[in-house]
Amino acid sequence: MRSWQQIKGDFPFFIENGKNLIYLDNAATTQKPKKVIDAIVDFYTHWNSNVHRGIYRLSEEATDHYEKARKNIAGFIGSRDPRQLVFVRNATEALNLLAYSLGHGLQKGDEVLLTIMEHHSNIVPWQFLKEKGVTVNFADINPDGTLDMEDFQSKLTKKTRIVSATHCSNLLGTINDARKMGKLAHDNGSIFILDAAQSVPHMPVDVEKLDCDFMAFSGHKMLGPMGIGGLYGKYELLNGLPPFNGGGEMIREVYEDHSTYADAPEKFEAGTPNVAGAIGLSSAVDYLRDLGMEDIRRHEKDLIAYTLRKEEESGIGLLKSYGPRNPEIRGGIYTFNLGEISPISLSDDLNNSNISIGSSIHPHDVASGLDRYNVAVRAGHHCAMPLTHRLNVVATSRASYYIYNSREDIDKLFESLERIRRLYA
Amino acid sequence: MTDEEINTEILLDHYRNPHNHGQIGDASEKLIEFNPVCGDTVQLTIKIENDTISDIKFIGRGCSVSQGSASMLTDRVKGMKIEEIKKIKEKDILSMLGLNLGPSREKCALLSLNALNKCIENHEKKAQGGN
Repeated sequence: MRSWQQIKGDFPFFIENGKNLIYLDNAATTQKPKKVIDAIVDFYTHWNSNVHRGIYRLSEEATDHYEKARKNIAGFIGSRDPRQLVFVRNATEALNLLAYSLGHGLQKGDEVLLTIMEHHSNIVPWQFLKEKGVTVNFADINPDGTLDMEDFQSKLTKKTRIVSATHCSNLLGTINDARKMGKLAHDNGSIFILDAAQSVPHMPVDVEKLDCDFMAFSGHKMLGPMGIGGLYGKYELLNGLPPFNGGGEMIREVYEDHSTYADAPEKFEAGTPNVAGAIGLSSAVDYLRDLGMEDIRRHEKDLIAYTLRKEEESGIGLLKSYGPRNPEIRGGIYTFNLGEISPISLSDDLNNSNISIGSSIHPHDVASGLDRYNVAVRAGHHCAMPLTHRLNVVATSRASYYIYNSREDIDKLFESLERIRRLYA
Repeated sequence: MTDEEINTEILLDHYRNPHNHGQIGDASEKLIEFNPVCGDTVQLTIKIENDTISDIKFIGRGCSVSQGSASMLTDRVKGMKIEEIKKIKEKDILSMLGLNLGPSREKCALLSLNALNKCIENHEKKAQGGN
């Protein structure tokens, strides 16, 4: 088998522009292998035509490619029935679709249960339902960054109609026990939704084993192109939902005064779909399957374990990181600060003692400093502002790994952090 | 050393040992500017006499760019006529720093200029109000 570093050779980005770049922002988006880029070019070069409507051969071939992609990607996440996979733009769109369509059936007083570690995409769409009188609750975390199951269970009430939770936190890296959460939700009579944007790219995920009702993921975080993602739903539930967008493709018949709708998945795919995107994502899935999801998970587990060891050995006194320290329940995400800066309340009278940051180095300075050493990390709240504030910090820096990262990249990260610490001392 | 490295050193020097740091007790204007994205905060207190900024101080917290540029800006505008200050453009601040900042960090660099402009606006509103 090829080494993980040899894999870099499959990615034009690392051969050209990113030759000397240590790319550690994979939780945001991943680079694309040549195979994926070629699949997209191939579609536009040879098969470009609209799907599901042409009576001519070319359109039928394009439709065939599109539906084969659906079957391939559905199989990759463990869905035997490809009709259970709706193509969407990304996980965000999948979650908006669910909040909108499931929201139709909710009433004043109903509750939605989330966790405090959710990405904004799994918070804001549910907040839209507040207008209907729906309450949004958040299960808290333990000090070690794992989900507080006691709190989760106490907030799972008779009124909880929907539980929507992340499989893997994009900030803490915490891998939640989705099976257990789903079981608790189902025993309570609630729908269980899994935000798998940070798990499907990094570990084996099987919707049937997890027994989630719906699941959302993004293609661009798993080597695929931007603008394509998936919404999985158990067929009966999915097909029972009212549509999200209206337009062509999603209808059966349209009259002046009413329309009837196609069955899922077409029901949720109004307008010309991202056919090239679906084909690109299908190619990415082939690539990941060849590498083996078990091996990818093992590789990332090694990287995070190495990171945590390196952190302890580094002796950088200011360094503080977040998330579980057990690699078994931790994805390849390392979120840290060089000294913590707590949020301030602007209603207080500011004076230098309550706003001083002491020897802490702001995450923006950390990320800019790392950038100067060609290490790309993200700094900010990572679209998880409630969690960032729960951690009592204004922001954090985050390194997130993927298949082409190596222990050498992590060595470079810590070397650079030490240089930044010295620069600001 | 490259220009960029020299300018980084200058900025860090201001960050570590800020000029005009503190609060003016009998300030004409006091204002807090805040960037919710990164939490960068600058509070300005200024004293205006004869249409001139006779004194200006800041406290704040945030990254080296937001705090260092506040120190440099206060140095620059102390003793300046309000009319002259109003001519300071965003690009003047960026060239004062002389750093190749991306668009997200430019917001940090411009935090104190925004605060200063708002202070002046508030001052002029009060003057127009006749009290």
